[in-house]
Amino acid sequence: MKQYLLAVIEPSVGEPPAPAEMQKIMERVAEFERSAKEAGVWVFSGGLHPPSSATTLRPKGDDVLVTDGPFVEGKEHLGGFTIVQCEDLDAALEWGRRCAEATTLPIEVRPFRW
Amino acid sequence: MVSGATPPTIERVFREEYGRAVSVLVRSFGDIDLAEEAVQEAFAAAVQRWSAGVPPSPAGWIITTARNHAIDRLRREARRAEKHAEADLIYNLPPDEPDDRLRLVFTCCHPALARHAQVALTLRLLGGLTTPEIARALLVPEATLAQRIVRAKNKIRDAGIPYRVPREADLPDRLAAVLAVIYLIFNEGYAASSGDGLVRDDLCAEAIRLGRMLRRLMPDEPEVAGLLALMILAAARRPARVDEAGALVPLPRQDRSRWDRAAIAEGHRLVRECLRRDRPGPYQLQAAINAVHTDASDAEATDWGQIVQLYDQLLAVAPSPVVALNRAVAVAEVEGPDAGLRLIEGLDLAGYHVFHAVRADLLRRAGRSSEAQSAYEKAAELAGNTAERDFLMTQRSSLPSATG
Repeated sequence: MKQYLLAVIEPSVGEPPAPAEMQKIMERVAEFERSAKEAGVWVFSGGLHPPSSATTLRPKGDDVLVTDGPFVEGKEHLGGFTIVQCEDLDAALEWGRRCAEATTLPIEVRPFRW
Repeated sequence: MVSGATPPTIERVFREEYGRAVSVLVRSFGDIDLAEEAVQEAFAAAVQRWSAGVPPSPAGWIITTARNHAIDRLRREARRAEKHAEADLIYNLPPDEPDDRLRLVFTCCHPALARHAQVALTLRLLGGLTTPEIARALLVPEATLAQRIVRAKNKIRDAGIPYRVPREADLPDRLAAVLAVIYLIFNEGYAASSGDGLVRDDLCAEAIRLGRMLRRLMPDEPEVAGLLALMILAAARRPARVDEAGALVPLPRQDRSRWDRAAIAEGHRLVRECLRRDRPGPYQLQAAINAVHTDASDAEATDWGQIVQLYDQLLAVAPSPVVALNRAVAVAEVEGPDAGLRLIEGLDLAGYHVFHAVRADLLRRAGRSSEAQSAYEKAAELAGNTAERDFLMTQRSSLPSATG
């Protein structure tokens, strides 16, 4: 069994979905999570606050510098993620596809090294 | 032992059996690099050992030798203890299963790999071409190609791309990717006049060989037979496609006595066979169109009405502006150049040289010389290779009012 990160790629600019639409998305995401748990592939998942809430730590010499904000400002950012445990990439891609359908957002699937 | 092996014998066995041997070893050990290394070692051993005589089953000899080599290597490497246990387990497995190569095809053409990586891996693992050979044939720097192959193999291992035939529900999409890769290999060899001619001919031959292999492995898929027929029929016309001076000869002017009749007969047989299944797809329909062309004793005898009908079907199953353009060419043969010109108006193909070449030809036939002239110029400007560009400029200069 391998573990895969399903990363939800959110746009950093533009309006978020209207509340009614957002609620539908959240329902679908909850349903996605439920089915992943039932199938025994779910390891962990979570949604993140926006990048503006981030704090970045950078090693410098013997010190670590603290700065307000994300590591890089981009047009997209990591909005949330699910970790699944699957037999192979085909299975992980199938869960990734369901995640993309639920969130209506691009999903990046990456295998864990360890 | 039969007769002594000459290098060409080993080379032929290598070409024919490399893919099979690698696929068996990949199934046994789940490691592409190990499989390739072991098979290459086995062929190196064959060069020494077969000088006395070729074994009755060269493929079996190669697979057994490669497997023993792989097991030896795993035993030597203690840190791969887990693989070692696996190796012991598979010691007594049957030598190969008919679908080993099929699994490997689907691994090489997995949608999680970029198309250029799929092409390189398929040529490498199933075609047994070396990295320099593939680089030369695809006109890619060797270092770039080597990097693509390494990256693809690493992704297969790290991301866990499976080594199996896809389940029924995924098969149509996955098979379409495999067919696209084989057809791309064929077209790389067929379309370009740049690069080393012989090497590029090899690509056509390799694509047809892969097509034949796939047909043996998936005899019930009509699109597989359709693609094979399409490639065989296109290759059959190849000797007449370029004249002694290396200039491109369009289909109507080709010397049909130079077509490969045996290949055409085989192509026609395949077309009839797959169409009988009544599950027409894009490759079968394109093959059928080629069959109609190759059925005519000369260009005038071409059954354009039937070709229009086949393009109608093709447009229904695989709509694209290029198909619409080809259909317009056929319609122009039946109804005249004006009908063709009406159909191509508004096609979104302004960057495609063939569009301008077709338009130029139709304008010429409609007697609109000055418009034809600028269309030929536009086509020549966009054409990718010299033979096509020369042909277009010759056409342009033969226009009644053309100058220069």
